Amino acid sequence: MTNSIAEIADADFILTTGTNTTEGHPVIGIQVKKALRNGATLAVIDPRRTEIAELAHYHLQIKSGTDIALLNGLANVIINEGLWNKEFVQERTEDFEAFKEVVAKYTPEYVEEITGVPADTIKEVARGYAKAKKASILYTMGLTQHVCGTHNVFAVANLTMLCGHIGKESSGVNPLRGQNNVQGACDMGALPAFYTAYQPVANEANRAKFAAAWGVEELPSKPGLTVGEIFDQAGKTIKAIYIMGENPVLSDPDANHVIHALESLDFLVVQDIFLTETAQLADVVLPAASFAEKDGTFSNTERRVQLVRKAIEPIGQAKPDCEIICLIATAMGYPMRYNSPAEIFDEMAKLTPSYAGISHKRLEQEGGLQWPCPTPDHPGTKFLHAGKFARGLGKFHAVEHIPPAEMPDEEYPFVLSTGRRRYHYHTGTMTHRTGALEVFYPTEFLEISCEDAEKLGICDGDILRVSSRRGTVEVAAKITDRVVPGLVFTSFQYPDVPINKLTNPVRCPIAKIPEYKVCAVKIEKVS
Amino acid sequence: MTTVTLTIDGIQVTVPKGTTVLEAAESVGIFIPTFCHDPELSKPGACRICVVEIPGARNLPAACVTEATEGMVVYTASEAVIEARKTNLELLLANHPEDCLTCHKNGDCRLQEYAYFYGVKAEAFSGEKHDYPVEEDNPFIVRDMNKCILCGKCVRVCQEIQGNNVLDFAFRGFSAVVTPAMNTTLSDTDISNCVFCGNCVAVCPVGALTEKAMIGKGRQWEVKKVKTTCPYCGVGCQFNLNVKDGRVIGVTSADGDVNGRFLCVKGRFGYGFIHHPDRLTTPLIKKDGKFVEASWDEAIALVAEKLGAVKEQYGGEAIGVLSSARCTNEENYLMNKFARAVLGTNSIDHCARL
Repeated sequence: MTNSIAEIADADFILTTGTNTTEGHPVIGIQVKKALRNGATLAVIDPRRTEIAELAHYHLQIKSGTDIALLNGLANVIINEGLWNKEFVQERTEDFEAFKEVVAKYTPEYVEEITGVPADTIKEVARGYAKAKKASILYTMGLTQHVCGTHNVFAVANLTMLCGHIGKESSGVNPLRGQNNVQGACDMGALPAFYTAYQPVANEANRAKFAAAWGVEELPSKPGLTVGEIFDQAGKTIKAIYIMGENPVLSDPDANHVIHALESLDFLVVQDIFLTETAQLADVVLPAASFAEKDGTFSNTERRVQLVRKAIEPIGQAKPDCEIICLIATAMGYPMRYNSPAEIFDEMAKLTPSYAGISHKRLEQEGGLQWPCPTPDHPGTKFLHAGKFARGLGKFHAVEHIPPAEMPDEEYPFVLSTGRRRYHYHTGTMTHRTGALEVFYPTEFLEISCEDAEKLGICDGDILRVSSRRGTVEVAAKITDRVVPGLVFTSFQYPDVPINKLTNPVRCPIAKIPEYKVCAVKIEKVS
Repeated sequence: MTTVTLTIDGIQVTVPKGTTVLEAAESVGIFIPTFCHDPELSKPGACRICVVEIPGARNLPAACVTEATEGMVVYTASEAVIEARKTNLELLLANHPEDCLTCHKNGDCRLQEYAYFYGVKAEAFSGEKHDYPVEEDNPFIVRDMNKCILCGKCVRVCQEIQGNNVLDFAFRGFSAVVTPAMNTTLSDTDISNCVFCGNCVAVCPVGALTEKAMIGKGRQWEVKKVKTTCPYCGVGCQFNLNVKDGRVIGVTSADGDVNGRFLCVKGRFGYGFIHHPDRLTTPLIKKDGKFVEASWDEAIALVAEKLGAVKEQYGGEAIGVLSSARCTNEENYLMNKFARAVLGTNSIDHCARL
């Protein structure tokens, strides 16, 4: 997030796109509701009528995968009506002309044809966003999990720069991250092309710096493979995989392909707190400690680094992940020993400019700190890009509408979209074992419109066979007006309904994110 | 900033104009009991346990809704004040189950605390008592309206913070009760609109709302509270893990940087996985297609040998590493170091895109 969570409540216009905020991030949902009570206007872009869409002044119920057209359409109105922030564009951005040229054809009427959103609504929302004093855009994976995911984010960034709604309090681009430490995992260099804080591995000076700190002669120079590419290469150029705390068999697209990939390896080691669907395929399984059994830090979606404190001893013989990594490294002839997670943090902070001023000691005394926090006396950074963007000038990326890779046809006439439920988390490994959440919300269902249910002769609770070109699952029907005719929705959070057997592994060529939000399926009634 | 100076129990206090008598008293450490007051919620001034004496006022005003004014004189513990508070408590206790022996809130209950402080017993008034069925048809929250003192904090937290408007007062007089619409239960979510965030439980001053799974697991004074960060979504809420005898028995609100006292259903009620019998407790090695328990030495040696052999034969780039968005920064940093410096591969990634 370029802003902080608390700043959401002070925005006077909130535009959300592809975020089921009140279910996926309920405590951020609280801030949105607070803003509404303060008089803010809320516009929600989502193909589904989610809970937050019901709270909105405007629900822009787009056809799945038409985000760029809509966002360009908003920009078109703002430019044509002279509502854009000329001073901001002039002083702080570049490549505006190319952008202006591309959005010229995205008139509200043209955009209505592509997205299904009425032209008048597009105009009203464009005016509301442009004229707001403080305007915040929130998004999650409904925006990014498309073959054009990166371009979708460019389109959001364009809109904020066009209106100067970035780099100040309560105004900015705010992706809400779905997992406790997904921000931190990225920051810490668990990415194929970057060391910590996005320092490229391809840069020789960076390699020299890390090699010296880690006491090795050299480090590999070529950026590695992303998770999807690792599975594509499994059994080919990839011979062994070490997985810590991930469950790709349920979380990755085209699950049958993932299972086949893992089975074709010479060696698979999985480190986890449960024997997940992925761990069951491993040659060796290492028992890890849960968050309650270790010290450390998580970095949240607003870049805030916060302490995780050990409350109990590890269960059985389980060990904290960092201890396990140290044992393996040492056994491989690279002695790795630390007295505490705080010591690991200090080593990391020395190599990581945005974390350099943070330490466990400071977090203990002051509470969470938001990066960038470059020095021990720096208070942390509430919002980013004040006065200047990280890259200098903000760059407009002129982007065009790209339809989803797999559209419905005669054989597979429905669009399947996947997401999350309030009561469950990711692949459900934890939330199906709480004695509470899974008791209240035990089974998954497929959301289907009344019109489609009627056509197919489906009643609530009927078991349906849902198939794509890649696989089949069975799931109970839930007839609802949350989805429009032609669209069906379910979550990937139930081992009994491994919906990722169906999803399309086609990826955005830049971010390598799979297109979970759109694939073509057919539906048959089983019973 | 305009300020006013008043005298509370003989102490001169200067506060910004608009400050309540309660806030002014608290600012100098003077104790005034409250039931219905919460600094983050609207102020109904309903329970009247916070009454104070202000010479010249026509009655004993409630400190939580009385604005401090210049030259005001306040007595927070005069004879009349104590008498009023005692009567207030006697009336509440007259219709309250004497269940402190088994009540989960024993030791963390304002009614109990004030009754003790003012030496009030239950027998002052006798009469009809409520006999509501205890609502326990959901796995998260037990609602025992027999213990409710009608302070309305649960109603306001749901309206003003959570925004779900689940609860309100229904009926009148002796029959007044806090309930979801149509007098249904919370678990009837199509009507109640409840999402089981449990933020009502967090503000309940008595035993009317309790965390179901914590009941009978430990007394308030036996529990060690460890403030930590939630393991679910990316918001970074903080809460207290409640620990007794080496076991996590529950989650209660802490004062988090991001969330204050407020949580969602997963954060507050989703901790049961920690002690679930399915937890992996020993390393496993697959032999002839079946997992066999192994020692750490054996498992680590095998992993080191196998990864070493692949590296030797094919080079480090033949090894892929999936780090984790669930693990800590320290663990992800080490995995990044291990992959690159020890294995010699940049093919390290995690599920950021999923």
